[in-house]
Amino acid sequence: LLVFHWCPGAGQDVGRSCILVSIAGKNVMLDCGMHMGYNDDRRFPDFSYITQNGRLTDFLDCVIISHFHLDHCGALPYFSEMVGYDGPIYMTHPTKAICPILLEDYRKITVDKKGETNFFTSQMIKDCMKKVVAVHLHQTVQVDEELEIKAYYAGHVLGAAMFQIKVGCESVVYTGDYNMTPDRHLGAAWIDKCRPDLLISESTYATTIRDSKRCRERDFLKKVHETVERGGKVLIPVFALGRAQELCILLETFWERMNLKAPIYFSTGLTEKANHYYKLFITWTNQKIRKTFVQRNMFEFKHIKAFDRAFADNPGPMVVFATPGMLHAGQSLQIFRKWAGNEKNMVIMPGYCVQGTVGHKILSGQRKLEMEGRQILEVKMQVEYMSFSAHADAKGIMQLIRQAEPRNVLLVHGEAKKMEFLKQKIEQEFHVSCFMPANGETTTILTNPCIPVDISLGLLKRETAIGPLPDAKKPKLMHGTLLMKDNSFRLVSPEQALKELGLAEHQLRFTCRVHIQDPRKEHETVLRVYNHLKGVLKDYSVQHLPDGSITVESILIQATAHSEDQGTKVLLVSWTYQDEELGSYLTSLLKKGLPQSTP
Amino acid sequence: FFQYCLSGHPTLPCNVLKFKSTTIMLDCGLDMTSTLNFLPLPLVQSPRLSKLPGWVLKDGSTFLDKELKECSGHVFVDSVPEFCLPETELLDLSTVDVILISNYHCMMALPYITEYTGFTGTVYATEPTVQIGRLLMEELVNSIERVPKAQSASMWKNKEVQRLLPAPLKDAVEVSMWRKCYTMPEVNAALSKIQLVGYSQKIELFGAVQVTPLSSGYALGSSNWIIQSHYEKVSYISGSSLLTTHPQPMDQASLKNSDVLILTGLTQIPTANPDGMVGEFCSNLAMTVRNGGNVLVPCYPSGVIYDLLECLYQYIDSAGLSNVPFYFISPVANSSLEFSQIFAEWLCHNKQTKVYLPEPPFPHAELIQTNKLKHYPSIHGDFSNDFKQPCVVFTGHPSLRFGDVVHFMELWGKSSLNTVIFTEPDFSYLDALAPYQPLAMKCVYCPIDTRLNFIQVSKLLKEVQPLHVVCPEQYTQPPPTQSHRTDLMVDCQPPAMSYRRAEVLTLPYKRRYEKIEIMPDLADSLVPLEIKPGISLATVSAVLHTKDNKHVLQLPPKPPQPPASKKRKRVSDDVPECKSLKPLLSGSIPVEQFVQTLEKHGFSDVKVEDTAKGHIVLLQEAETLIQLEEDSTHIICDNDEPLRVKLRDLVLKFLQKF
Repeated sequence: LLVFHWCPGAGQDVGRSCILVSIAGKNVMLDCGMHMGYNDDRRFPDFSYITQNGRLTDFLDCVIISHFHLDHCGALPYFSEMVGYDGPIYMTHPTKAICPILLEDYRKITVDKKGETNFFTSQMIKDCMKKVVAVHLHQTVQVDEELEIKAYYAGHVLGAAMFQIKVGCESVVYTGDYNMTPDRHLGAAWIDKCRPDLLISESTYATTIRDSKRCRERDFLKKVHETVERGGKVLIPVFALGRAQELCILLETFWERMNLKAPIYFSTGLTEKANHYYKLFITWTNQKIRKTFVQRNMFEFKHIKAFDRAFADNPGPMVVFATPGMLHAGQSLQIFRKWAGNEKNMVIMPGYCVQGTVGHKILSGQRKLEMEGRQILEVKMQVEYMSFSAHADAKGIMQLIRQAEPRNVLLVHGEAKKMEFLKQKIEQEFHVSCFMPANGETTTILTNPCIPVDISLGLLKRETAIGPLPDAKKPKLMHGTLLMKDNSFRLVSPEQALKELGLAEHQLRFTCRVHIQDPRKEHETVLRVYNHLKGVLKDYSVQHLPDGSITVESILIQATAHSEDQGTKVLLVSWTYQDEELGSYLTSLLKKGLPQSTP
Repeated sequence: FFQYCLSGHPTLPCNVLKFKSTTIMLDCGLDMTSTLNFLPLPLVQSPRLSKLPGWVLKDGSTFLDKELKECSGHVFVDSVPEFCLPETELLDLSTVDVILISNYHCMMALPYITEYTGFTGTVYATEPTVQIGRLLMEELVNSIERVPKAQSASMWKNKEVQRLLPAPLKDAVEVSMWRKCYTMPEVNAALSKIQLVGYSQKIELFGAVQVTPLSSGYALGSSNWIIQSHYEKVSYISGSSLLTTHPQPMDQASLKNSDVLILTGLTQIPTANPDGMVGEFCSNLAMTVRNGGNVLVPCYPSGVIYDLLECLYQYIDSAGLSNVPFYFISPVANSSLEFSQIFAEWLCHNKQTKVYLPEPPFPHAELIQTNKLKHYPSIHGDFSNDFKQPCVVFTGHPSLRFGDVVHFMELWGKSSLNTVIFTEPDFSYLDALAPYQPLAMKCVYCPIDTRLNFIQVSKLLKEVQPLHVVCPEQYTQPPPTQSHRTDLMVDCQPPAMSYRRAEVLTLPYKRRYEKIEIMPDLADSLVPLEIKPGISLATVSAVLHTKDNKHVLQLPPKPPQPPASKKRKRVSDDVPECKSLKPLLSGSIPVEQFVQTLEKHGFSDVKVEDTAKGHIVLLQEAETLIQLEEDSTHIICDNDEPLRVKLRDLVLKFLQKF
């Protein structure tokens, strides 16, 4: 039996996630992301890889979405409505709530602003979401009779989850993006010791062991503060939900403490809505926020106000959070173009940027950007990168592996070189195989599942009753008959198996004649044999019966005089096949004769 | 497989199940009806209550007049109210491994169990159950602690004295076991032992038992529980509802195929229709307010109040009540209203959808925003400034013995313009009102109990088909006041087993199988043989490992190769070690083919004789005879081991092994 994986999108590329897992005959698609760096066909995974002919609904047993980031769910309406999939799609409640908002937002930017065609429509998003089944944390969802899935808290963003996929004894855990350290608004990812056959982990920050969160926060606040002090404007491109809320909490408390007056804005539209989601799904945030929410809801900000497009031209310092986070479109890009020319200003990129985006370009040092219409934009403003995106770093990944104790690890969503380093570390420390398939590559992992069967209580009790053995190390041998009928496996005692099948037992008996030289009378010979056996077979029940015969367990020994030779006695040793070894042993023992010095 | 019944109250159950060496407590409800025997605790000095005469025995003795007071013919204990705990003597509660909580009303005795019995186990409950349960406990502790009562009566509890008292005090059970309320530190300690669980989460207990909470539809986070091993399934139903109110609907499908179904927490008012009651509630409320009177609604701070507020939200404008203030007074009023909005995942579909918009799931958010509903921690402070009449006040406790409700009863009781509307079904409203008599205020009884009624139960049982039903004895007979209503009892086949307080039941169960795992290498070594079409079998000789109640079969270790030195030893030293197990045999041996086989293997002098039951095969030279009968074979030979083994193996070829 085998599990095999194939990644049309993820693998060694941070662009988008889309993984196919086949486990014990079930096919599950994990995430359905789009690539933010492309504006053509390449942005969606090529689903024709999954099945050339035949419908996706027939091939896939279910689809699981780990969280609402578009690189994990952005291709979902395309997949379900344009390619065609009608099976179940599983995600957590917050993901189900927020995912369609982000999809619609992205659709607007792409279609309405950029005028692209061949993209999914609002209706398609709605139809797609109708196929979504929301799951609770730790709820065991029975997809069908054999396939079950279970969600674990993943931190990262509101509603992010890791999923365990289980068929019989075989299981896979898919982490999606996760975060092993609690931050200002979310808790840390957690999983129990579920010992999956395979753990599929993201590895975006495979090599970084990041400095303490506190240092990064202090650094961030210092940079924002300095820029504002000298009258500059700070642009922080973010995604509407996620890091944005964490940074807002951070700035809000800092402004309060330092009594700062410079305005902080949050690009409109999604803001208020986003904060509302956090208020309603407060059970998904960290312990501290959950505990105090009745007294003070952390997502009601005093200093942070809604942004209006006209504010960008206002004189004086300000801080603006604007979407989207990779500067590839929308409001953040508009503001960036306005402010890029002034060296007093600053742009802080708080998360990872995909190749091809403006964010990625300026982070890799490019200062002259070719914009639409061949216009060249010169970037004079300061560019800062601060990793606030809540991905697990190498330490966190190792920690998760320690928690879950997988038999194999597969790394996705990272860069080849970094993953190689982590792979070695994992193999060294945990002695498990670690895979890192390239984009579109298939990995096959052999599993060795146990086979659960029903054992009759009678048989089990009989076997355990033979003990307690004096030596616990001695294995308890059990003998039974496995009945296989249709798909049921039952282990019963041989007697019961015969009975159930309506068969009679066939008794196989052996009787051996053993000749012994002994001139004494028959009963004396018998007594000598009895004493001899009693001396040798200390652990067995040896009995001398009144009728002159001897029994060793259920083996019967009788003595008769030899018809021709009075000095020879014939011992008849009789046993059934079930006592074969003891019977065989007895005859060979007796053949050697009796010891001379018998009293 | 036993059930220890620690509570006689059918809706506040406390049972302990011994199931496969695991001891599981199902709920720990606190019977608060005992408080009805006490005088109310007034927040403000009440001249009426303090002037009540002491109770005098028939013979004129007055030794109890400090402890017992008389009011309109009823006798009340003048002391801090006390609660009737679950039975603690029936079994050693420190041996309880886990406690499963089904809803926030059924956990009120938790601190008594976890803090006083040496309990060291884990408690399982859903997050809303814990959060709202905490609120209920907080309110209870708060309303009793903020009125320090000087005296604590105990003389009346003396068995000899209690005998002399009038009913219902005379008949109160186990008064010596009644306890005062716990404290907040005890509540916190008890709640810290809870582990949060989600619906349909499978929780393994010691590898032997799996427990799973299922949505029960009765309250936020309320659950029924499945307790099962691979072969036994016990369903525990406690407080379930099939009505569409705010919680997630009841999960019925998962209750199917139960061996035993324990049925508790049915409706306490089987004759009242909750929808009708809500309608009556609204109309009585509107009528009173229109006539210039005030309305008092004694209630718990969570639960039905959410539904009532939602009804009023739709009703007040059409009824012209837009300017009437609604007050919700409880130390936990704010928390309760806030918490109700954040448990989207535990709500019914409609409310869930609202959260996706995102909008608060309950409309009371809007009532608060528009200042129609105001909430206060108590009557002291801000409330006294804002208080305007006529108004509607929601406040606790429904027993009318403590909490802010006592104040409003004293304040409004004298005027017939006012109305008190009882909606909570846990207390008899006449008993609740007894210490306030004589009363001019109107009393309306609109009990809203959304739990299962007997019609729904019989439908449910038909659907899930448990083998056995176990329920409190109250459910196996019609209610005492309506003995002709045989429809108001649980009706099933076989008849339900009933239990009462302090009883131990042996649950019927026959278990025949257990789960065992066959390791892959052992599975590979098995040789299945098709015996009949569709039925195959394989003999298994394997090593049994049992750990944490899980059984695994492994390949037996290969017999170690005897070291070279051993060869020199005499055979007699190697006594066979363990009684090695040989399979059973089945089949019969066709004599002709057997003779042919013998000849093929070099026996040239085979002779066959017929007997009554079969044949005798003679090997003359070897002085060996083989008796063949239908179900037996007997080989009689000289002590020639190689020959015997050869014959044995030839015979075995014709037989099937089991």
